[in-house]
Amino acid sequence: MSMKSSTRQVDGVTIVDLSGRITLGEGSVVLRDTVRDLLSKGQKKILLNLGDVNYIDSSGIGELVSAFTTAKNQGGELKLLNLTKKVHDLLQITKLYTVFDVKDDETAAVKSFSS
Amino acid sequence: MSADRVSYTLDSTLETVNNAEETATRMATEAGFDDEEVMKISMAVREAAVNAVLHGNAYDPSKKVTLAFERTDDDLVIVIRDQGKGLDPEKIPDPLAPDNLMKTSGRGIFLIRSFMDVVEIHPSQTGTELKMIKHVHGNPADSKEAPQ
Repeated sequence: MSMKSSTRQVDGVTIVDLSGRITLGEGSVVLRDTVRDLLSKGQKKILLNLGDVNYIDSSGIGELVSAFTTAKNQGGELKLLNLTKKVHDLLQITKLYTVFDVKDDETAAVKSFSS
Repeated sequence: MSADRVSYTLDSTLETVNNAEETATRMATEAGFDDEEVMKISMAVREAAVNAVLHGNAYDPSKKVTLAFERTDDDLVIVIRDQGKGLDPEKIPDPLAPDNLMKTSGRGIFLIRSFMDVVEIHPSQTGTELKMIKHVHGNPADSKEAPQ
């Protein structure tokens, strides 16, 4: 299953609901294009909801890092929401879990962005 | 000792990466690994295939990737070869090093090593051979009887 992406606005935060696989090829491209598009529109508070992402490979991990860095470099914030166990474990073994701001409650996550 | 071996010759395409992963999932399932181990094996094979197709053969349509699975009594042995310049294992950066942590690539071999029991990288002038072994644990069909 390829990746699907949809966005919604909650209190000034753009929540990106992702589902499927973030892997080399289509999945990584969708994520990259989505984040770049949001930043170009000035939407710099981005919450990636990974609750329905069932698989991610090293290219997908790289794309998450790229999205995080790109947002930060443009004065934005990018956080992760609802990691599945597989994605959580991957971020743990790659030592990225503490780099990303990871949330498990959407309301609290939205409130955590600076105003 | 019984052994089953299958091998595939594949083009240097993204489709090969997906096919390699799907084949690994099937082979690991048939070998009796549980769901978590199957995921690890299939991901290791996917990463190895990405290395072979992208970094080894660089999508060159004249170069092939060979993928072989061998099931022995104790192990699932997977060998993937490319026809690239040869990957020097000494030059693979540590993705956990502070300077590398935020890099957007370079985690493939690390993940393979994390998920498989034995990983051997054999570079040569005609390409790289990556051998991965996963030991079969707890499969009743493979349990050995205690010596009398």
